[in-house]
Amino acid sequence: MSEITLKGIPASEGIVIGPAFCHRPLQLEIPARSPGSVQDEMRRFQSACDQAGQELEVLKASVLARSDPETAAIFDAHKMMVTDPMLYDAIQSRLEAGQIIETAVRDASDELAAMLGGMEDELFAAREADMRDVGRRLLRILLGVSDTSIEKLQAPAVVVAHDLTPSDTVSLRSEFTLGFCTAAGGLTSHVAILARTLGLPAVVGLGKKALDQISDGTKLVLDGTGGSVILDPEPATLGRYESMREKASARLAAMQVTSSKNALTADGRRVEVGANIGDSDSAGEAVRYGAEGVGLLRTEFLYLQNTRPPDEAQQMAAYKSVFDAMRDRPVIVRTLDIGGDKPPAYLKFDAELNPFLGWRAIRICLDDHPLFKTQLRAILRAAVGHRALIMFPMISSVEELRAAKAILAEVRVELDSAGLDYAREVPVGIMVETPGAAMLTDFLALECDFFSLGTNDLTQYTLAVDRTNERVAKLFQPLHPAVLRLIKRTIDAAHQHGKWVGMCGELAGMQKAIPILLGLSLDEFSMAPRSIPEAKWLIGQFSDARAREIAEEALSKATAAEIEDFMAGVLDEIRG
Amino acid sequence: MQTISVVVHNKVGLHARPAALFVQAAMAHQSKITVTNGGKNGNAKSIIGILALGVQQNDSITINADGPDEMEALTALTKLIEDNFGEPV
Repeated sequence: MSEITLKGIPASEGIVIGPAFCHRPLQLEIPARSPGSVQDEMRRFQSACDQAGQELEVLKASVLARSDPETAAIFDAHKMMVTDPMLYDAIQSRLEAGQIIETAVRDASDELAAMLGGMEDELFAAREADMRDVGRRLLRILLGVSDTSIEKLQAPAVVVAHDLTPSDTVSLRSEFTLGFCTAAGGLTSHVAILARTLGLPAVVGLGKKALDQISDGTKLVLDGTGGSVILDPEPATLGRYESMREKASARLAAMQVTSSKNALTADGRRVEVGANIGDSDSAGEAVRYGAEGVGLLRTEFLYLQNTRPPDEAQQMAAYKSVFDAMRDRPVIVRTLDIGGDKPPAYLKFDAELNPFLGWRAIRICLDDHPLFKTQLRAILRAAVGHRALIMFPMISSVEELRAAKAILAEVRVELDSAGLDYAREVPVGIMVETPGAAMLTDFLALECDFFSLGTNDLTQYTLAVDRTNERVAKLFQPLHPAVLRLIKRTIDAAHQHGKWVGMCGELAGMQKAIPILLGLSLDEFSMAPRSIPEAKWLIGQFSDARAREIAEEALSKATAAEIEDFMAGVLDEIRG
Repeated sequence: MQTISVVVHNKVGLHARPAALFVQAAMAHQSKITVTNGGKNGNAKSIIGILALGVQQNDSITINADGPDEMEALTALTKLIEDNFGEPV
């Protein structure tokens, strides 16, 4: 038999090889019968609801015993759906129209599920699966049958299904579940979320026809990273995936160890690895991925989601929730960084030919003191008892830093005279994202506590490339020698003045850049939470001396292409 | 009959746990309670009805209560929303 490759959506990373277990839920057939009185049919519904409630209580308790309360809460929602007045009314009116209770339950729950499934927002639309699960449970109880299909999984296998209901997924024996592949579903479906929580590979959205080709025991390669499923793999394919799996699992194991610890170079130099986040939810994610702090807390989301600017209390609550989630880890809060490319409704922008060179970020704040002060007050007040730092974006001159600091000083005086409690020791830093700031680091270092390189903007402004313009996007080269020189200059000047330098641009999480940045003595790397484990692992592969050699060689090259080639070689060597 | 408008600030809007808490709080009152969001109405005691409103962060919703404990109902529901369902924002 020759191998077949199916393509789907990669929903959870990892590679697994094993036999298929095809989950085929019991078909629920509604027998033909004449309806009893509406009261009689309703009584049967009520007793089915009671039984469903008991089943869900048992299910919830068993989930709670081996999983997290969030997953268990799904079944609280199911219990509420069982007794929902909308479902009740929909069933009642069907009974009055002469349907039997089984058909009424099926049709009413289908209709409500379709209504939820048609919602625009993916998160809400995903509740369709819950409604269908509840409808199916009620119908199964009414028919007096039990569905044991999911319990037939009694040996390690890849679970193959059209879709898995929440009830199915929690009933699977985890010790036998190697991974999932489903015909339906997207990245936010229950099975995708569950797979990521359990750390099992999953491919979803394979399409209806795909499953016809798989039967129980079919040998499968499930590649949750690439999004493919290979049926009856040839020996050569199998060999390729086995070695990929071994390498990946060895690296993953090493990464899990390193990501729970502070990042160290091979010879023990401490480097801080933090996360770039925009709200408290991702703070939790950051901690799970091993962030030692937040190198960049974006605050724009507070400003762009409403028709008026967020008030002090709203901002305090938002910042405090991030500080709380990060506990005693440092959090760098970047003050408002918006501009005419994405203006909020309440700020009046003139038409700008060049919004990226226009009225934006600190320039807006220095013109609109009430707006700026509200944010600074909120940060200082929320920071009591936490390690918060304040960072000003888009600084291009010493005057701007002075002006921003003067406003911060006014805010402190105002808080004092209002008798409000606030954090006294909050270090103040700036983003280095204009060539101007990079050239003036020595002067700026006299008046601020730290720096953070914003390499996306620094690259854009240094190379004069708008990367949203497709015709020039290829000229946006983060490893461009001009950008690397500015980075080196910034770090050296700051260190001469005893100030530390972090980086919160994409470059900080880029594998090819990390060894160079280590060699340039960058003190802190901040990146998307998911990039942290691999970055920490990579940092641990280089001694300081080796990293310095790499940086020196990279900086001796004249073009970005040469630097990229050189770094590709360095990484290949490390990965073996 | 009493009506009040309130902005929902929590991250997921009226979804998941906040939606469940909201419906439970509504069920604790006798009054008939309706929620309006962007022209759609929903029964506050129905989790399906509340989910179907698709209330997202920073949406302004109108709550209407009619019955013997209408004031108490509105106070309780508004407080729940303003306290952000006991969660950080």
